[in-house]
Amino acid sequence: MSFIECVDLTHIYNAGMENEMLAVENVNIKIEEGEFVAILGTNGSGKSTLAKHFNGLLLPSSGKCLVDGMDTKDEEHTYDIRRQIGMVFQNPDNQIIAAIVEDDVGFGPENIGLDPHEIRRNVTAALRAVDMEEYRHFSPHHLSGGQKQRVAIAGALAMNTKCLVLDEPTAMLDPRGRHEVMDTVSRLNKERGITTVYITHFMEEAAMADRIFVMDQKHLVASGTPREIFRDIGAMKKRGLAVPMAAEMAYRLQQKGLRITESIINTEDLVRAICQ
Amino acid sequence: MLTDITLGQYFPGNSPIHNMDARVKIVLLFIYIVAVFLFDNHINYGIMTAGAIGVVLLSGLPLGMILKSIKPLWWIILFSFGIHLFSTPGEPIFKLWNFVMTKEGIIQGFIISLRLVLMIAISSLLMFTTSPLKLTDALESLMSPLKKIGFPAHELAMMMTIAMRFIPTLLEETDKIIKAQQSRGSDIGDGNFFQRAKGMIPVLVPLFISAFRRADELAIAMEARCYQGGVDRTRMKQQRLHNVDFWAGGIFGVFLISLILVQFTL
Amino acid sequence: MSIELKNISYTYMPKTPFEHLALDDISITVPEGKITAIAGHTGSGKSTLIQHFNGLLKPSKGTILVDGVDIGKKNTEAKAARRKVGIVFQYPEYQLFEETISKDISFGPMNIGCSEAETLERVKQAMAFVNLDYDKYAHRSPFQLSGGQKRRAAIAGILALQPKYLVLDEPTAGLDPKGREALMEKFRRLHRERGTTIVLISHNMDNIASYADNVIILNKGKVTMEAPPEEVFSQKELISQAGLELPEVKTIMNELAQNGLEIQNNAYTMDKAVEEIIEALRRKGKC
Repeated sequence: MSFIECVDLTHIYNAGMENEMLAVENVNIKIEEGEFVAILGTNGSGKSTLAKHFNGLLLPSSGKCLVDGMDTKDEEHTYDIRRQIGMVFQNPDNQIIAAIVEDDVGFGPENIGLDPHEIRRNVTAALRAVDMEEYRHFSPHHLSGGQKQRVAIAGALAMNTKCLVLDEPTAMLDPRGRHEVMDTVSRLNKERGITTVYITHFMEEAAMADRIFVMDQKHLVASGTPREIFRDIGAMKKRGLAVPMAAEMAYRLQQKGLRITESIINTEDLVRAICQ
Repeated sequence: MLTDITLGQYFPGNSPIHNMDARVKIVLLFIYIVAVFLFDNHINYGIMTAGAIGVVLLSGLPLGMILKSIKPLWWIILFSFGIHLFSTPGEPIFKLWNFVMTKEGIIQGFIISLRLVLMIAISSLLMFTTSPLKLTDALESLMSPLKKIGFPAHELAMMMTIAMRFIPTLLEETDKIIKAQQSRGSDIGDGNFFQRAKGMIPVLVPLFISAFRRADELAIAMEARCYQGGVDRTRMKQQRLHNVDFWAGGIFGVFLISLILVQFTL
Repeated sequence: MSIELKNISYTYMPKTPFEHLALDDISITVPEGKITAIAGHTGSGKSTLIQHFNGLLKPSKGTILVDGVDIGKKNTEAKAARRKVGIVFQYPEYQLFEETISKDISFGPMNIGCSEAETLERVKQAMAFVNLDYDKYAHRSPFQLSGGQKRRAAIAGILALQPKYLVLDEPTAGLDPKGREALMEKFRRLHRERGTTIVLISHNMDNIASYADNVIILNKGKVTMEAPPEEVFSQKELISQAGLELPEVKTIMNELAQNGLEIQNNAYTMDKAVEEIIEALRRKGKC
């Protein structure tokens, strides 16, 4: 049994109304426990809508979404599912509730009614896991974007989440902030086996994933390892996406007549291919 | 600049005032304000002012900061001073057209201003030394007896928490929008009242839209973190009284008794 | 002619516990007809800096000259000079406020006293430039547009002011790859066809590498470098100290050079890099 599984999932906003809008159609997806997957797609391709199904923030108009075997439509399980799947959104400012870091991280555990000692322990452990312990008494207003996103991640970890769903967590950050978030996410995935679903517009970030799903025009159009996905530069461009810089360079070199047989997704690959 | 406003800002610290339980602080503040308006003995004004200064010194915050918090309300103080100056009957010392300024008026005006200043200063000290979350938790806990009659104590406290969290964010945003519209050649803050009001539209519309968008995203984020109202909710920081609170209560008791003694014996 | 900053310092919230020297004795020149990039990580002072370009912030110390005119003065000449500078702030779509797109774009021209006919002409031009069809979109609400379209409508609102100097603060933030490229190409066209001077504020070094003639690096309120891109990108240490990264292309080239590929000069754009590599491999007889 997969950890997250969507079967023929379709979502229509404002169904039956004048401004009805199909956002996601017939998506079938399986994400295994401990896996790191990236979802790519242009704005409006439906990737955020899809992600909001994973913890029952949105319910499928047809088809279903199962998390750890529980149907998200089953109201009895709503909070069990949300405990297991923590979400991090794009705008760091609009997801921090409290005016002090540690209070914010404690918000989730308070909601699910843990006892005060346990909350305190979880908050400390979560802040340590994202390397933000020294900021626990800070006001979020005085943190950088990358630090705020790490606080948001800690907020999920403090509920003992098994899975993180991150919706363009680095879109509003500078390079330093992006690295902080990427490093944190990939470390949590490797060291703690946290299942990770990472939505992004940055191809270098997607290249870290075990598997990539590509969304285009409300459909899931491709899935595979980064190497498989980034091999087909033409298809990616046609979908309004890009490939990592190294892959693009390899492609251009090939067009100039250089023979490169390996698939290339990062600098090391390219160096190996050219300087062997 | 808008972000210069200090209202509603918390300055973390480790003074006895910071460490007091917020519920105790609110209750003592309440009694103090009542006392300020109840006791009208001149010696008592001295004691109460001394008390206020003492508490500020104890908090370790610069006195200037407290004075700065009074600044936005300065005109209210002046206004009430002016009214008392001219409307109190007594020994006239100055006459202008129909207005008579009296000696009693000066004293009365001064007293009223002092009362307002003390009230604002002590209230802002509460805001400066208490984290917003503790403050709202305390209010929720003090209001919780009212829950029985259907009073939404939790919801109110949550609203206040979020409002306080977003005050700096929204101030910053307002500043940004004003600058963006000024860059498009708009003269915000110029002209007569109507021109000014009209000039605010390019700022207010984006600000409201942004506030709604933030509210929407925040609601989703809260939902994702299992928020379901006040039901079955626990607290990381439990409110418990410590030594400092008993000391504060004791000292305040002595303070109050001396005020009463002065009021009724001298 | 140029925008010239002379010994600019700026202190935020002076005389409070939050007092902070945001800009420290900055002297830079933005030459006319070029694309100048300003890079620095968040908090380096770049947003504070650009707000000085059109007088939104007044420096605590120093003077700003736009085409030789001190914009800190209170005369009409200074006001006219300030208006030569248009700023597109980050996420400009959040400044849209009018009922229709054409009204929103008209806001600027009307404010600076253009006639109705002139304003309409400018609105049409600006909309055409950002690829929003006038007949189709002019009378729609800006709030019905998609994210990318909103961004373009908001940019049109600045372009309608026809600034001689256009300052862009992270213009592509939050857009998808296609949107990013399309928007940057529009600015390149504006620069080529109308000779608009562009100041690009960004922390995306690959963007800077492909567009800028000149790069200014800010760190902690100070200018640490002001030079053409090839010179800036050869200073790996200074760049990482400023919390920035080399352009990806440059990193790849450095790696190749370290692994024994004899590369001649310092390519930092894709086209140049590909040429370089082919050239180097040819010399080695591998190609």
